[in-house]
Amino acid sequence: MMAALIFVVSLATLFMFFISYCRSMVASAAQHELSEEVRDVTGINPVASARDYDRVMQLMQLCPENPDDRSRLRAVDLYFSFLKMGQQIFRRMVPSMKSWTEHEQASCAYYAAVALDRRISFNREMLAQQSEP
Amino acid sequence: MPGPIGLLIWFLGTALELSFVVCSLARKSFLHYLFLNLYMLFSLVGSISRFLVLRNFGQDSDEYMYCYYYTDLVLTLALFVAVISLYSRVLGELKLKQFMNLVAGLLLLGTTIFSYAVVDHSSGRLSTALAFELSQNLYFVGLILTYILWGAVMKLRETRTRVVQFVLSLGLYFSAYAAVYALVNMSKAVGNVQYITPILGCLLPLSWTLTMVRHSEESRLATAQLVAVQR
Repeated sequence: MMAALIFVVSLATLFMFFISYCRSMVASAAQHELSEEVRDVTGINPVASARDYDRVMQLMQLCPENPDDRSRLRAVDLYFSFLKMGQQIFRRMVPSMKSWTEHEQASCAYYAAVALDRRISFNREMLAQQSEP
Repeated sequence: MPGPIGLLIWFLGTALELSFVVCSLARKSFLHYLFLNLYMLFSLVGSISRFLVLRNFGQDSDEYMYCYYYTDLVLTLALFVAVISLYSRVLGELKLKQFMNLVAGLLLLGTTIFSYAVVDHSSGRLSTALAFELSQNLYFVGLILTYILWGAVMKLRETRTRVVQFVLSLGLYFSAYAAVYALVNMSKAVGNVQYITPILGCLLPLSWTLTMVRHSEESRLATAQLVAVQR
C-alpha cells in the first residue's frame, strides 16, 4: 500500500519536474534575439508558432552540428513530442489545453530557431578559423 | 560480473560524477556548492568500492548485497544533506538556517523510526531490510523536500539559473528513483530494473555537470517563465 502510494506520487512529481525542467531550458532562449537571416529563413518574425517547429528542425539538419546544443535539443524535441501526444489525447477532454500546448510548442520552435542561429554562428567561426593562414 | 552494458553504464556514471567535481573546481565553485560536490565524491567512492566488491565476490554474494545497500544508504543521506544545503541557499535571506537544520534532523529521525517500525516485524536480515526500507523512504522524503524547495524557488522568485537547474535535476532524480524503488518493492522483480537504476544514477551528475559548464554563478533566469500556467 505504502509502495503503491509512493509510486503514484513519484510519477506525478516526475511529470511536473520534467515539464519545469524543459521549460527552464526553453525559457533560457526567450531573451535571445534572432538574427535577420534566421528570421528570413524560418519565417519566425518575431513570434514563433507551433507549426514552425518541424521546419526549423529540418533546417537544423542541413547545418553541421554544434556539440554544445545536442543534448538540450534532444530534451526539447522530447518535450515537443510529449506536448503533441498530450494535445492529441486530451484535446476533447480538456479543450483549454490546446492553447497551452500550442504556446509551449511555439516556445520549443523559438528555442530550436535560437539553436539554429547559434549553429550558424558557430560554423561561421569555425570556417573563419580554418581559412586563417 | 555485470555484462558489457552494465559496465559501460557504471563507467559512464563514474566519469560523470568525476566530471562534476572537476568542473566545479575549474569554475571555482567547489566550495560554493560544497555539499553537492561532497555527494558526488561519496558517490564516486561508492561506485568504485561496489565495483571492487563485485569483482572479488560476485553479484550474488552477501558482501556485494551489504556493500550495495549500505553505500546506497550513505549516498541517500549525503544527498539529503545536499538538498538541505540548497534550502539554506534559497532561504538564506530569510535567516531560517537553524530552523531548517532542526526540521531536517527531525525528518531524518522520523524516517529512520518509521522505517524501523516497518521492517521490525519482517523475517530475514533486519539490518539489510532496514537499509533498503530507509533508502526508499529517504528518497521519498527527499522528493517531498525537493518539491517544497521548488515551491520556495517559485514563491521567492529565485533567479539564479544554477540553483534553479540543480533543484529541477534533483526533483527529476528523486521522483524517478522513488518510483523505481517503489516499483521494485511492489513487484519484487529486481531483475527487470537492473539497468534502470544505474542509468538514473547517471542523469543527476550529467545534468549538474551541464549546469555547471553552461551557466556561470551570475546567470539569471526569470522564474515567472517556468510556471506552467502564466499569471
